[in-house]
Amino acid sequence: MATVSMTVNGEAVSAVVDARTLLVHYLRDNLRLTGTHVGCDTSQCGACVVHVDGKAVKACTMLALTAAGCEVTTIEGLEQGGKLHPMQEAFREHHGLQCGYCTPGMIMAAIDIVNRKGTHLDEQTIREELEGNICRCTGYHNIVRAVEAGSAAMGGSVPTKMAAE
Amino acid sequence: MTNPATSIPTTGIGARVLRKEDHRYITGAGRYTDDINRPGQSYAFFLRSPHAHANIRSIDTSAACIKGVLAIYTGADIAADKLGGLICGWMINSKDGTPMKAGAHPALAQGKVRYVGDHVAVIIADTLATARDAAEKIVVDYEVLPAVVDLATSTDTGAAVIHDVSENNVVYDWHLGDKGAVEAAFKRAAHITKIDLANNRLVPNAMEPRAAIGDYDRGEGAFTLYTTSQNPHVARLILSAFIGIAPENKLRVVAPDVGGGFGSKIFVYAEETICVWAAKKVGRPVKWVADRTEEFLCVAHGRDHLTHAEMAMNSDGKILAMRVKTRANLGAYLSTFSSAVPTYLYAPLLSGQYDIPAIYAEVEAVYTNTSPVDAYRGAGRPEATFVVERIVEVAARQLGQDPAKFRMKNFINKWPHQTPVIMMYDAGDYIGSMKRAQELADVKGFGKRKRESAKAGKLRGLGYSAYIEACGIAPSAAVGSLGAGVGLWESAEVRVNPVGTVEVLTGSHSHGQGHETTFAQLVSGRLGIPIEQVSIVHGDTDKVQMGMGTYGSRSGAVGMSAIVKALDKVEAKARKVAALCMEAAEGDIDFKDGKFTVKGTDKSMAFGEVALQAYVAHKFTGEQLEPGLKEGAFYDPTNFTFPAGVHICEVEIDPETGVTRVDRWAAVDDFGTIINPMIVEGQVHGGVAQGIGQALLEGTVYDENGQLLTASFMDYTMPRAADVPSFSLGFNTTPAPSNPLGIKGCGEAGAIAAPAAVINAITDALGHEEIAMPATPNAVWVAVQKMMTKMAAE
Repeated sequence: MATVSMTVNGEAVSAVVDARTLLVHYLRDNLRLTGTHVGCDTSQCGACVVHVDGKAVKACTMLALTAAGCEVTTIEGLEQGGKLHPMQEAFREHHGLQCGYCTPGMIMAAIDIVNRKGTHLDEQTIREELEGNICRCTGYHNIVRAVEAGSAAMGGSVPTKMAAE
Repeated sequence: MTNPATSIPTTGIGARVLRKEDHRYITGAGRYTDDINRPGQSYAFFLRSPHAHANIRSIDTSAACIKGVLAIYTGADIAADKLGGLICGWMINSKDGTPMKAGAHPALAQGKVRYVGDHVAVIIADTLATARDAAEKIVVDYEVLPAVVDLATSTDTGAAVIHDVSENNVVYDWHLGDKGAVEAAFKRAAHITKIDLANNRLVPNAMEPRAAIGDYDRGEGAFTLYTTSQNPHVARLILSAFIGIAPENKLRVVAPDVGGGFGSKIFVYAEETICVWAAKKVGRPVKWVADRTEEFLCVAHGRDHLTHAEMAMNSDGKILAMRVKTRANLGAYLSTFSSAVPTYLYAPLLSGQYDIPAIYAEVEAVYTNTSPVDAYRGAGRPEATFVVERIVEVAARQLGQDPAKFRMKNFINKWPHQTPVIMMYDAGDYIGSMKRAQELADVKGFGKRKRESAKAGKLRGLGYSAYIEACGIAPSAAVGSLGAGVGLWESAEVRVNPVGTVEVLTGSHSHGQGHETTFAQLVSGRLGIPIEQVSIVHGDTDKVQMGMGTYGSRSGAVGMSAIVKALDKVEAKARKVAALCMEAAEGDIDFKDGKFTVKGTDKSMAFGEVALQAYVAHKFTGEQLEPGLKEGAFYDPTNFTFPAGVHICEVEIDPETGVTRVDRWAAVDDFGTIINPMIVEGQVHGGVAQGIGQALLEGTVYDENGQLLTASFMDYTMPRAADVPSFSLGFNTTPAPSNPLGIKGCGEAGAIAAPAAVINAITDALGHEEIAMPATPNAVWVAVQKMMTKMAAE
């Protein structure tokens, strides 16, 4: 057993866990942050994506011990002062989710794409960059629209649909 | 309410209302089964068979009783407790009238295992890691038997016998239609088209793996099962009446947020059965969550047909008759509804959108040593559409006719239309949908695009799929006469609270479909109250009295019809309350936009005021009216509904690599009345993506010993964002005459239509028909070489 401490969604946390505990189980079981999901166990589906020191990481593939001392952000940490993150808002606005299971990972991955690729993303870039996230419900059509709008909103511009209204 | 500028409604039926349920999902506050933990919870791990077919000589658990293990159970324990087996709830009779041969399906194997992943023992421990460690210490002595894996040879003489009840592995040999009429039509045919098809086996792969928590309250003597179910009441019925866990009043089934189902979460599986049974035995809650490989091994798979079909036409290309012979793989055991899928959900759809005077279908269902096969998105209807839309396409090509014109010439153009295979199509506009789809797809510009592709060294093809499905499942008496073990109505209860807010309890379960929004749109529009005042309650047998669940695109057509019936009763009662309160005759009360008014006066009461008066009961006596405002209804459909449409796929193939890119997708669907176009479009997008997955990517591969080679997302290719295009969608609405809202259903259409459209496009590009699903780059490359050889020979 080992004591693992890190900062999660801005709060210092600590727990005594089995050394083999994965980050995703540390978050889900020890911290009860169940928004991060397990979908495949093989780093393929991306339902478990969180940000570790600002970068997207599949939490099913990282030991909690490896994340010791890091700044971790989960889906629960995106909303600030009761205001949704623009990417969360965009997924809702563009019907980018159905069953919701892949959604937290999709949103965390999408924000990471914007952080890496900028706020003016074309469809092809978005589709290729979402390679590590699987959705079985939406056929991706509306996820792509959501990431387009969310990226624009993160850059400060108003997504096209909202502007039209 | 309607936006005056666009005449598009902004609330109620037809509005693109954003989803009420989304906030919890986008903030990580969803509550799926694995997110639930019960005090004192223990963890189950299943020891699974590594062999596809073997006798179990002995199981030695002595070394596995390590610290932290609470219990280890095997088939002997469930036999000792007289736990009933898992059931198949639809009786199919063979041609000769004999009932299907249903082999026993114990939740834990008894003496024999029949597929890799079959349940041998369960270990229940303080932690999952301990349970896993203990499982490794169990010694099972297997006598390995030859495995039956190949569908084509599964019934051959000398094949191993999987269940003693069937010496040749045949479950049933069933037929539908008029064989004599078909044979006569073939005799006078000017042209006959023949095809052989394989409909590839698929793994549903909802993103949330299956999970269960069994809990037992010793004081109440009552069980609770939290589970990933599309139909918690059906689960309770089966677990209670057939498996014998507990009487229904002592068994609560909760299906909280469920992360996708696509059919795979309709069924009652071994794992949840064992969790709820074992909770009482170990005296602690028992939790089990599948990992993805367990999901691949043990979830019910979909499709897996081999079919030979023939179509007879006259000299003008008018279809005279069709005959179809299908062998369907049902896997190692009969899953909950498996027997119905290749029979009554398949053959009655073989008329497609076409006026075919005579059809005869034979279906032989067989056991193999593979995972059980049951309903997966579309369930029988994608298989039927693939047969019809491939043979129609090939026939048109053989006759040298334009495939769209050939289809339109043979389309049904009058409703109602009685097909020769049970169904009475009640409404549609097939030619209209075809023409609109052609415009949307810019079929006229295809030649130019094909030439541009050719300049770049690419092959371009265009494929149609004019599908039909039977939804609104189903008139109970009709399905009962065909062998169904249950009625397929739906229930609803509308509870109006004293302050005018409304709770709607429904037997339909939502696991991505957005019922919390669409059902609330219906209620809000009908009662004239803001949508925020309406809550939809589902997924808990303690809250909702009874229901049949969500599958077969039935929640709109059947589930919402039940809500309409309950709303009718609520409105009728509220009118009585309003009349008494406003001292008017009931016949003088009008109800519009949430207000009750008295004709010819300025008297009015808002819906909320009437609700309050219904509960306060000061303005009427008990003799005049019963207080309260709560009504329930059951709705049993009078017919199936028949969503239909035309999907057009355009592919571009790189002949050097065999990579097929779906370049364009256009679809015009007739779903009847649409409650929320945004949600309906989303259903089509997702369905088409699954159909593209079937056509291009997804193949379930067992080796000759029955080992599943595609048991993770690293081996089984799921469609990803770059594998599918953006979709152009249109609607051509003819309301369903059989239900009060005119809804036909939309959930499965995309998955039903898409595979044939993709394969018709690929074969159009290749100029020959020799390609099977999934049309992987390797398969397409091989087909391109055949095309080259053919061209060189010509």
